[in-house]
Amino acid sequence: MLYAREYDVKKDDFAAAGEVSARIKRKLKQIGIDASLIRKIAIASYEAEINMIIHSYGGVMSIELDEDNIIIKCVDTGPGIPDIELAMKEGYSTAPQSIREMGFGAGMGLANINKNSDNMEITSSPEGTTITMKFSF
Amino acid sequence: MKRSEIVKLLDAKVIWDGGRTDQEILCACGSDMMSDVLAFTKHDAILLTGLVNNHVLRTAEMLDIDNIMFVRGKMPADDIIDMAREMHMVLMTTELPMFTACGILYENGIKGGMRGE
Repeated sequence: MLYAREYDVKKDDFAAAGEVSARIKRKLKQIGIDASLIRKIAIASYEAEINMIIHSYGGVMSIELDEDNIIIKCVDTGPGIPDIELAMKEGYSTAPQSIREMGFGAGMGLANINKNSDNMEITSSPEGTTITMKFSF
Repeated sequence: MKRSEIVKLLDAKVIWDGGRTDQEILCACGSDMMSDVLAFTKHDAILLTGLVNNHVLRTAEMLDIDNIMFVRGKMPADDIIDMAREMHMVLMTTELPMFTACGILYENGIKGGMRGE
């Protein structure tokens, strides 16, 4: 492991939304990762962070970097995604109007994460959701 | 097109110049939905939006967009301007509505940058 770090993400903390992803982006830039790869990671990470703030009870985001891959993992403590297939569909969103007024809740989050990562895995239950995004060099 | 030309075309006001020299801007994205903006794929872009909050700046930061134009005369609060200063981002505002502002830029050679454009 070349680098690993964990960050707390709190439910409804919209003032801090994006700070974890901004830190991850700055770190990757500092390490010297290719700019187009950083952009993809930043977009996927930001979407996942926003999702955690809007939809979950909060949790932990982590980054792991080794010789071949960068892995971003989001682990929250619930309430889970009832229908992952439906949640993956572009345009499907359960976000309320108050979230849409902030510019989110277009139902593009998971689809955008999937498009920008080389591999995305989701597991979910009422106890929590884990999203693992893998980016290869 | 240079940023200064866009300011002139949209009769805009520069709120904060990001401490940057005049940049070349090739494409634009106009939206109030930040999730849609995150599907934006190209560089050297300007974001036009009627949304005035910290999420606009964060979204632009993720996409390496340095230039933000607020439409319909929207003016960000001081904390947003301070945030832009820290991020070296250019903030501008125009009285024009979104459709008209985007139309003028498109007519003058600025293209869209979403997937498929």
